[in-house]
Amino acid sequence: MEMGVKEQDIVDSALQGSRRDLSRLLTLIESGFEPNLSLQESWTIGVTGPPGAGKSSLIGNFVDYWSSRGDKVAVLAVDPSSPKSGGALLGDRMRMASADSGDSVFVRSLATRNHPGGLSAYISTMIDCLAACGWNRIVIETVGSGQSDYRIAAFADRILLVDGPDRGDIVQAEKAGIIELADIIVVNKSDLEGSEQAAEAITSSLSMDTSPPSVHLVCSHDGTGIEELIHDIENCVPESRSGLRARERLISAWDSRLLNHPELIRVIELLETGRITLEDAIREITLSEG
Amino acid sequence: MKVIVAKPGLDGHDRGAKVIARALRDGGHEVVYTGLRKTPEEIVRATMDEDAAALGLSTLSGAHDVLIPAICEGLIKEDLGRTVVFAGGIIPASDRDALHNLGVRAIFGPGTSTSEILDFLNEVSSRKKSGESVGVGESSEWRWE
Repeated sequence: MEMGVKEQDIVDSALQGSRRDLSRLLTLIESGFEPNLSLQESWTIGVTGPPGAGKSSLIGNFVDYWSSRGDKVAVLAVDPSSPKSGGALLGDRMRMASADSGDSVFVRSLATRNHPGGLSAYISTMIDCLAACGWNRIVIETVGSGQSDYRIAAFADRILLVDGPDRGDIVQAEKAGIIELADIIVVNKSDLEGSEQAAEAITSSLSMDTSPPSVHLVCSHDGTGIEELIHDIENCVPESRSGLRARERLISAWDSRLLNHPELIRVIELLETGRITLEDAIREITLSEG
Repeated sequence: MKVIVAKPGLDGHDRGAKVIARALRDGGHEVVYTGLRKTPEEIVRATMDEDAAALGLSTLSGAHDVLIPAICEGLIKEDLGRTVVFAGGIIPASDRDALHNLGVRAIFGPGTSTSEILDFLNEVSSRKKSGESVGVGESSEWRWE
């Protein structure tokens, strides 16, 4: 009971503008706490794409632009936990030059902690908290390398897909469905050779869509194309993703049930040694439920 | 444990800091590296935003006796005195007592093995679990030697 009182103090203090307690509150949410907040209006953008495409640097450009205009910008930067050690190296902060610059910028690095289904269990609670504390531009950065990682972007109202000039990775990823999520696609590093071709290849691969996302060629390093991109982001009418989010929550809950199932290891062993079929294994797990 | 590895001041060499960051990750910690040339204010702010349990400061420039006290004082002022602070790099033996007296719990010099730093963090965890307060602004006399 006493614990609950202390948590409520932290929530109240965060809502009254304490940055330190907002930060503590995010830690509590990470460990499963659910604050009781009224429904929040929030402005969110998810930024995803392959490693090395320049997501963090680009977010650094947004942070500068918005904060100099008087907005309060919060960034949740997600990096994967090592499946071996459980540790994580969270390097996004380093690449955002303006991360530590002032009262109107808040950057928090998050490790996925091998939660089944990624961070989706509590990312929306974190967004609500940030919005309730007055952060009116909320950016979620995710790694684009794993399914559950980029799927976190579905919790944002707008989704930006970032690629580099030399990869064509997201054209590949089209098959995997990631491109369906994007409202805007950015080819970063326009100063490098091949960037125009990459942008054209993406545009033409989307030409069959009824309402294809816009494609921008930018250079976060020297600022080329950034203002036009931000203008487009600001004018982007967020599509309702409630269905998609509900789907993500279900998948995440399902994964979590499966991976925490007491019989999981035994069933895997039976499957491994060929004593049962995959169908049997699924039946075994669903029947021994509860 | 969530640990920030920071490079205060103007020295531009972070091979050591990166090796430490990597070793701590492999030891199961969540590590945020700040990048080079951070001011004490920026480091305190990063520690706050990340809600880090520990802060490792790497300095090779000789300015440790100015920068580290500024960071320790900043943490205490911002009510972050529970943060465990440790330091590494080029810090002469004659300067160490003064830093320990500010609440820096460990100072690692050249030649320290990465496993020793992990041992230090494990010791921090077990002391915290048993109720001992070893943060920079807390009264413990303990130091890693």
